[in-house]
Amino acid sequence: MVAVASPSLTRIRRKVRLGETAGRVVGVLILLALAVWIVANVIKGPGQFFAALLTGLDNGALYALIALGYTMVYGIIELINFAHGDLFMLGTVVSANVFVKWLGLGDLGAAGLAGLLLSMVIAMIVCALINVGTELVAYRRLRNAPKLAPLITAVGFSFIFQDIGINLNGSAPRNWPITTNLGGPSWNGFQFYQLLLVAGVTLPLLALMSWIVTKTSRGKAMRAVASDQDGARLMGINVNQTISFVFALGGALAGSAGALWIATHASNSYNLGLRLGLIAFTAAVLGGIGNLVGAVLGGLLIGVIEGVNNGAAYGLGQQWSQTVIFIILITLMVFRPEGLLGRRTTEKV
Amino acid sequence: MAAVQRASVRQQGVSRFVWPISMLAIVIVMFVFYNNIEPNLQTNIANGINDWLPVATFNESMVWIIMALGLNVVVGYAGLLDLGYVAFWAIGGYAAGWLMAQPWANSWTFHLGSPTYLSQAPGIHVTFWLVLIVAGVVCAIAGIIIGAPTLRLRGDYLALVTLGFGEMIGQIAQNGKVAGINLTNGDTGIASIDPIGTGWFGNLQGVPKVLTAFDDTYKLLVLAVLVAVCMFISLRIRDGRLGRAWLAIREDELAASMMGVPLVRTKLSAYAVGAFFGGLGGVGFASAVTGNVASSRFLFSVSITVLLMVVLGGMGNVWGVTIGAVILSWVNSTGLSQFGVQFDQWTGLHVADKFQQNQFLLFGVVLVLMMLFRPGGLIPEKRTKKLMREAPRTEAESLGADITEAEVEDEIALEESR
Repeated sequence: MVAVASPSLTRIRRKVRLGETAGRVVGVLILLALAVWIVANVIKGPGQFFAALLTGLDNGALYALIALGYTMVYGIIELINFAHGDLFMLGTVVSANVFVKWLGLGDLGAAGLAGLLLSMVIAMIVCALINVGTELVAYRRLRNAPKLAPLITAVGFSFIFQDIGINLNGSAPRNWPITTNLGGPSWNGFQFYQLLLVAGVTLPLLALMSWIVTKTSRGKAMRAVASDQDGARLMGINVNQTISFVFALGGALAGSAGALWIATHASNSYNLGLRLGLIAFTAAVLGGIGNLVGAVLGGLLIGVIEGVNNGAAYGLGQQWSQTVIFIILITLMVFRPEGLLGRRTTEKV
Repeated sequence: MAAVQRASVRQQGVSRFVWPISMLAIVIVMFVFYNNIEPNLQTNIANGINDWLPVATFNESMVWIIMALGLNVVVGYAGLLDLGYVAFWAIGGYAAGWLMAQPWANSWTFHLGSPTYLSQAPGIHVTFWLVLIVAGVVCAIAGIIIGAPTLRLRGDYLALVTLGFGEMIGQIAQNGKVAGINLTNGDTGIASIDPIGTGWFGNLQGVPKVLTAFDDTYKLLVLAVLVAVCMFISLRIRDGRLGRAWLAIREDELAASMMGVPLVRTKLSAYAVGAFFGGLGGVGFASAVTGNVASSRFLFSVSITVLLMVVLGGMGNVWGVTIGAVILSWVNSTGLSQFGVQFDQWTGLHVADKFQQNQFLLFGVVLVLMMLFRPGGLIPEKRTKKLMREAPRTEAESLGADITEAEVEDEIALEESR
């Protein structure tokens, strides 16, 4: 019996090993190509390259904020919240309206920054409420349904949010009368104060997030629910409340990203959420979905890749940025489906 | 026992033919109505019909039915969520553009079975029926290519990768030039794609030689034949070995693979068959409905609309999906705007454009409500219905508790709380 089984077993093993090596070789080749591309860009136009890199970091911080919302919701109920990008879009609409129409501000001076903070807080609250509301109305009832059901529901909410966006913002891209140029030193078209602004918003939020998740009892409850809902319930954790809290946090982050987008781009459109949502989700998957540090890392990486592609000497230009991002995503899925920082998991029966 | 089995098999065999044939019968009645009766009706009745139910709408909905049937194979049968289905529509459309027109103002001439009036025309002109097969095969290969890297992924990642693929194809179509070759001609697209030739049937009295923009009624017949073929294939495969393997994967992938269902091959064939239908639909749309192919049409919302048709009609149920596609494509192209116009006439308001504008809202609300209250769709598949009727696992059961024990404990708790 053993004699019969063993040759076929070793053959299978060899096959598997060969497949893994081939995969690794291709993966390394892709990385090498990426490195060669970057070096070529640096040699061709160093100034242009680094300015593109910094612009990429700017956008990457924004993507990281959106990606965090995706990854947190996915971590806790394994739902790709398709409507999250559109929630971000609503965040841009709310903050732009508060900043320009209510407060009557136009440039980012001292008063402007205070106004920006206020509009950001309002956008965060609104987005958190909307996100919690959708969870209450729909996702909660579908928690035991087949996986396709909540995902399609999320697509439905994405449409509803876009419709709200059309009605509030018009169906064409809208330019807001906000000066995004903060003055100060600039280099190859890159403004350093803008990076400061983005970092000044993103870093405290990230610190707050990591404090909530790692240090507070709410964060402990979140991690418990993420790893085992039934077990957490038995330990006396209010699962529904914890999930609502996660949705609130994700929504608030999307709202803050919306305000930041308005402060740096001064324009928005109803279908902005689709594009940014896709990019942010790619970032979340790139870092390893469910992993908070991974989402930030993935967001920054995607931002940098996009920036270099759009701005550097050998970049393909803006019209191909989405294609580049998705090619990266698909190659990553093939060779490392668990993401850069994710853990390889086996499916439980 | 054996007799019963044989009877049920025969019944299945009949139903495979009954559906496509009854669909064709309905379309023939519609054809006779639109071709012979409608032009002779009173003007106001004819106008009403032209406003609310024009033939062109039905032509378009035939294409949507083909697309929905294709997506139904992937989503409804095999349970793989595909959010980039528009890619196959695009590939099919461009196959028609490359093989049935004069793309990029080139100087080559190539003719293969094209209608006789085109014999002097420059460009590449291949007969509609051959292009259908070519486009279908190209799409099937594309489906396998996109399917292959996703096989190791779980459902939600799959959705994302297919979405990315759809967006990539859209961007390639929009940018046009790939590595210096102008493939798609960008937003302008490839215009004046050959209409369908009628071949031998053109000799019959009253039948045009080629189906131009004025022959909508005849196009309806041609497209309906395509739909019937797709329906037949859908039903036939579903009852066969492959279809049952798809259903097994949909219900439980792990259990299916334990039972010896080859996951890789089965999933890839679902992609291939679904994509094949997409190619047919793309060619039909480019040749018979619009006559051109341009990148502005291949948007993410198209993928979602097709998905919506499948979900609304009932995932996995061919008849349901067909009805879902007809309803939604009608709402999309005429229903909503026409209702707006009518609403204005009744109320004296001017809100007609609001109806069209808030289409997203309608679709979103329908999706959410369907998932919450009727997840099986309008006409749920028999199998899904049965599954829905089974009681979901109780909380205690999911914790691994014995059912009877849990029941006793529940009763005790109830009594104590009183």
